[in-house]
Amino acid sequence: MSAEVSVRPAGPGMASRFVGMLGRSRELTLGGVIVLICAVVAIQAPHFLSISNLSQVTTLAAIIAIAAVGESLVIMTKNIDLSVESTIGLVAFVVADILRQKALPGPAAWAAGIGLGLVLGMANGAIITLFRVPSLVATLGTLSIFRGLDFFVAGGHEVNLADLPPGYSDAATQSIFGVPLFVILAIIVVVVAALVMRLTPFGRQIYAVGSNAEAALIIGIRSRLVVFLAFAICGLLAGVAGVLWGMEFGTIYATSATNVSLQVIAAAVVGGVAIAGGAGTVVGAAVGALFLGLINNSLLLLQMPQELLQVIYGAVILVAVSADALIQRREQRLAAQGAIR
Amino acid sequence: MPPRIELRGISKRFGATAALTDVSMDLRAGEILALVGENGAGKSTLVKILAGVHAPDSGTILLDGVATQIGDPASARAHRVAVVHQEPRLFPDLSVAENVFLADPPKGRFGEISWREMRRAAAKLFEQLDVRLDVSAPVRGLSMADQQLIEIAKALSVDARVLVLDEPTASLSAHEVERLFAIVRRTRDSGVAVLFVSHRLDEVFRLSDRATVFRDGRHVITEVTRNLTTADLVRHMVGRAVTLFPKADAVVGEVLLEVRGLTRAGEFSDVSFTVRSGEILGLAGLVGAGRTEIARVLFGISRPTAGEVLLDGRPVHFGTPSAALRAGIAYVPEDRHQDGLVLDFSISDNITLPILARMFPRLFVRASTERRLAQGYTEQLRVRMTGVDQLVQALSGGNQQKVVIAKWLATSPRVLILDEPTRGVDIGAKVEVHRIVSDLATSGLGIILISSDLPEVLAMSDRILVLHEGRVTAEIARRDATEERVMFAATGQVGASGDAEPGLPPFAAMSRPAASSEATDVR
Repeated sequence: MSAEVSVRPAGPGMASRFVGMLGRSRELTLGGVIVLICAVVAIQAPHFLSISNLSQVTTLAAIIAIAAVGESLVIMTKNIDLSVESTIGLVAFVVADILRQKALPGPAAWAAGIGLGLVLGMANGAIITLFRVPSLVATLGTLSIFRGLDFFVAGGHEVNLADLPPGYSDAATQSIFGVPLFVILAIIVVVVAALVMRLTPFGRQIYAVGSNAEAALIIGIRSRLVVFLAFAICGLLAGVAGVLWGMEFGTIYATSATNVSLQVIAAAVVGGVAIAGGAGTVVGAAVGALFLGLINNSLLLLQMPQELLQVIYGAVILVAVSADALIQRREQRLAAQGAIR
Repeated sequence: MPPRIELRGISKRFGATAALTDVSMDLRAGEILALVGENGAGKSTLVKILAGVHAPDSGTILLDGVATQIGDPASARAHRVAVVHQEPRLFPDLSVAENVFLADPPKGRFGEISWREMRRAAAKLFEQLDVRLDVSAPVRGLSMADQQLIEIAKALSVDARVLVLDEPTASLSAHEVERLFAIVRRTRDSGVAVLFVSHRLDEVFRLSDRATVFRDGRHVITEVTRNLTTADLVRHMVGRAVTLFPKADAVVGEVLLEVRGLTRAGEFSDVSFTVRSGEILGLAGLVGAGRTEIARVLFGISRPTAGEVLLDGRPVHFGTPSAALRAGIAYVPEDRHQDGLVLDFSISDNITLPILARMFPRLFVRASTERRLAQGYTEQLRVRMTGVDQLVQALSGGNQQKVVIAKWLATSPRVLILDEPTRGVDIGAKVEVHRIVSDLATSGLGIILISSDLPEVLAMSDRILVLHEGRVTAEIARRDATEERVMFAATGQVGASGDAEPGLPPFAAMSRPAASSEATDVR
């Protein structure tokens, strides 16, 4: 194979190899684009590079990234979880409510919140694998149910920072060696998840189930268990994101984190997780979350017209995903032309 | 020494259907046993039982004399029973190496998957198979043949005692089949028991030591292959003696279609022939010889670059298939799923689809008229169905093919082009399709029969036009046609005579679809 590649004319070969390299590693492509955006925005709006702005952007992106890691596991199995935003919102409210009533000490309340996320994720997984409801429909239902529970628990009230124990929000602003605490936490989650996906049979089975369910059945993979676990993990990580969400915002409403599911799913997809399942990485999903966070922030700082923010944001997602599809098709064509044997 | 596998009284039901009834048979170490039978005979069910995908309802499986339960695919692997399923079932997003080892990946010190060891072991396996593949590349985009080889590597990776191959040649070219057979023989010679499931009788005779026939879920016969003839096998498969290739004597009438110097750049050139009323013109040739391409031009799907087509002596130019249909030409394409049928429509909806506008010029469709028409054609073609409202997807392959033919007959054509009309259908249904074709010719249609099945072309055609790389290399009358003559013309050896190319049976080269990998290489 290598011999045939080397006899190709250098011009187009070089170019296509460069495009190919970028295409092969979505994480690298996105990383490059992120650097580019940062440079442009920093020149236009110097405030962008201020510590306060950067840590605010990355902290929020870290929360989305943690949820996006869980979501990408689900998407890799060829499913989807639309309910993450309700899980985040419900967990954030419940944790704050527990702390307001001083029912549990801080760490126990956080653990309860994460446990609640796990339970909600398991509920999703059970509905989908036991009753064989398509995940799009099932999580559309639980999106509404979990949010409804949130309203029920809230009973028309919100939890203000003043009602909470002092220091509740401190973690959101703390940093180690200048790196925000939440960012470090997100990195730990991403690294652990990446290792699990790469080095454990469970991780590979997630790819296998999403890539070809029938083939998975034939080699004896218990697909439904794998899918159930993916949803459980997604719920657990949404629970973590929910706990962090409460700390980040301080005041928590029953409507907190509304529309976040779209950001989480967009982060995974922009990060190269195939919506058809079977391909992508959790690192990509996390980088996708950072990318979207920076775009959002840049649009604000560059003083784009408020009314158009959503349109531009959506267009950026479309451009990112379709550029990738183009590169991949080109790669496949090249692979077909270049001798495989 | 006990046989490698012995089945005693295996039965399996799915709901109301008995897939296997009281099947007893054995498979010995160091032999290739062919398993043949029509669709629905229970071959696939048996394969799935051996693979651990289905559990038998009753009966015993003995492995080397020991009663064994194969409860799931993992236990099949543990007992070193390896199964290569009909269609490669791989993970397109994962690498070649991972596809081979996913079920049981090599582990490192901490129980983590060792990618290096996986790649090394996969490379070694392919080296043993004498196949060059990049084990780190994803499977997506590999040819069917390569995917089939990955399946075999997967099977051999467990150091199999038993290798089950379920119709492995269905999508391979002649060359790839030869390579596969060499690998299978080598595997047998190393002491593995090989079960080779096929519906291609020529392959059964070339490869197997013994042959077993299933019919309607029952074991009919197991016999040393050498002692069997094709007629024996067919008789056991169908359950009665069948007359292959019923062909009535043609009453040839006036010229319907005449083609003069027809050319389409890059596909075929200077093709001339005539089709008369009542006549079956066979188009023979290797895959890629340009037969289907000619049919597509005649039906108005693609345009010729030179030459002319005359219908009833008048030149015609078809810009679209509907123009060709209006003029009285119908084309039954090769892939009945992709081009021929809407699977979740009823039989009657499918049959009336091409003529809806003609039948109902005033907007609304009358179901009763549709049904009456469908009733007529399905009776004429003897479609086995519960009624014309039955969905087409519930029919067997042979009956689906009859519905496709009915659909085009409903357009009242005068020239009917059939492209591989019996590929993938049972022998029983094949005979019926042949009878229908013969009847249609007798009723005065001019028929162009494109087929890679050499015995079929020879038996059904009044005249045979042989193509090689887009050119007509021979036109042979029925009484002069022999396999050798057609084969020589099809391989471009015009005017030559004598023996066929040694080592390559004449059928093999003709009866395969194009090898996707080879097609890719030249692109």
